[in-house]
Amino acid sequence: MDLQLEKICHSYGSLEVLSDVSLDIPAGKIVCVVGPSGCGKSTLLRIIGGLERPDSGRVVQIGEPPADSINPLTFVFQDFALLPWRSVRGNISLVLEDHGIRGERCDAIIDDVLARTKLSEFKKALPRQLSGGMKQRVAIARALAVNPAVMLMDEPLSALDSQTRELLMDDLISLWSRNPFTAVYVTHNLQEAVRLGHEIVVLSRRPGVIREIVAIDMPLSERTMGDAGLEAKQKYLWNLMREEAVAADKELISVP
Amino acid sequence: MSHEQPAKKPVVFRGGGFAPRRIRWIGLAVFFVLIGLMEIGTQTGFITALTLPKPSDVFGTFVHLWESGLLWKHLLPSVTRLAVGATIGTIAGISLGISIGLFSYVRAGLVPLVAAIFPIPKIALLPLFVIWFGIDEGSKYALIALGTFTPTVVATYSAVDNVDRTLIRMGQSFGLSWRSIVLKIVLPGAMPGILSGLRVSLAIAIILLVAAEMLGAEYGVGAYILEAGSLYDLERLFAGVAILSVLGVGVSALVGLVETRLLGWRS
Ligand SMILES: Nc1ncnc2c1ncn2[C@@H]1O[C@H](COP(=O)(O)OP(=O)(O)OP(=O)(O)O)[C@@H](O)[C@H]1O
Ligand SMILES: [Mg+2]
Repeated sequence: MDLQLEKICHSYGSLEVLSDVSLDIPAGKIVCVVGPSGCGKSTLLRIIGGLERPDSGRVVQIGEPPADSINPLTFVFQDFALLPWRSVRGNISLVLEDHGIRGERCDAIIDDVLARTKLSEFKKALPRQLSGGMKQRVAIARALAVNPAVMLMDEPLSALDSQTRELLMDDLISLWSRNPFTAVYVTHNLQEAVRLGHEIVVLSRRPGVIREIVAIDMPLSERTMGDAGLEAKQKYLWNLMREEAVAADKELISVP
Repeated sequence: MSHEQPAKKPVVFRGGGFAPRRIRWIGLAVFFVLIGLMEIGTQTGFITALTLPKPSDVFGTFVHLWESGLLWKHLLPSVTRLAVGATIGTIAGISLGISIGLFSYVRAGLVPLVAAIFPIPKIALLPLFVIWFGIDEGSKYALIALGTFTPTVVATYSAVDNVDRTLIRMGQSFGLSWRSIVLKIVLPGAMPGILSGLRVSLAIAIILLVAAEMLGAEYGVGAYILEAGSLYDLERLFAGVAILSVLGVGVSALVGLVETRLLGWRS
């Protein structure tokens, strides 16, 4: 299933946030969205996932999601959004129960996703007992459990320290390599963008318009830390963003 | 030029505090010390018999109450009234509070009404309740129910307002039904606020219970206290008051028990 964004515009009151954003999200690819703070990245993601209605324009699905996909458009949130009163297992079963998946089938799915995210031992733990990195792995496991056609990830690694971020990036790459998923990955970390993105969409400062789409052809599994080609791309992206970021920074200060 | 070592001194500790710990027995010790002081004061005559009864006499009255079976005769109706009234009031309050939290129209329509009812001293309405629900138990249930209802409504809808919206959006993004979002996300998320509201409203319920029993009941802790008071029988008065305190501590312990059962995920 591909997604296509057609001329998305959105404002909050008089604040224009997104302006005429059109974008293709091809199946099996990770599309990273980068842009200065407050440019509407999260808003765009919510619109793609149907949590917010754009003022104009629309998001269309091309083709049917796979038949076994329980929740085709699935979010991974920056702040994990785990229910603190449910165990790791309970947090995953939460999203399966409602789709009529219980009992053995539910257990099988949970065991599978926990194994894939290396969390099997923590099945009974409560979120407060887990480190930030593990919480985000639980959130990723929960997203994998519903077999999404497209994963919508809003700065999933921003709340984590840089070492944990590296580890989780490796985890995401190995998950993708074994079983390529489609993802829209919002980040403000350019290093993450060049490691994970097949395409990197650079948004301007608010109102967000697409400034450029940078493609990286190198296969994900071959991208390593400190690779010269990736560093060059990262530098290129930073130059694109620099003026925008400076301007956005000043704008935020001048807001009454 | 001097080669003196710069003076060393340790950094002064200035953290700590502001972290309530659980210390057992201190509460009980304070209680016993106070009673002990009262006993010594009354025994020595430093406190006259008209000011305070001897704690040992109050205890004697209590023992007599127990042995004569009068204790249960007064306590049972009181506890029943409290249980029935508070159950009706809190269940209605939680349901309405959740509706106010969830539906904008209910909120717009009923929040002003609740604000209008809240400050009315409910005891002033007892004559009205007597007409509506009868002089017997009905009016007492109604009074206690109304008294617990309003604080529960307010506590519940503010608790619902404070449920983390990102958790609700998460539920929606995984395609959970409205019912599941309310039952599995909103309600557990609001539970800490609801339970701390329950503590307050149950204390109010005990106050109203006594007031209602003072205004017309044959048996009940309130009636017992009123009778003792009108005879200036300080021993019995204090025995009655002590029973109320124990009732209050019991109710609070019950809420504490529910809290540890339902909110174990917090600490
Ligand atoms: N529900 C809302 N109501 C009003 N304004 C909003 C709302 N959500 C976001 N905004 C505003 O819209 C703008 C874009 O917000 P958005 O969260 O999409 O930015 P972002 O690119 O994700 O920023 P960040 O990098 O800080 O996450 C911001 O200026 C924000 O203040
Ligand atoms: Mg954001």
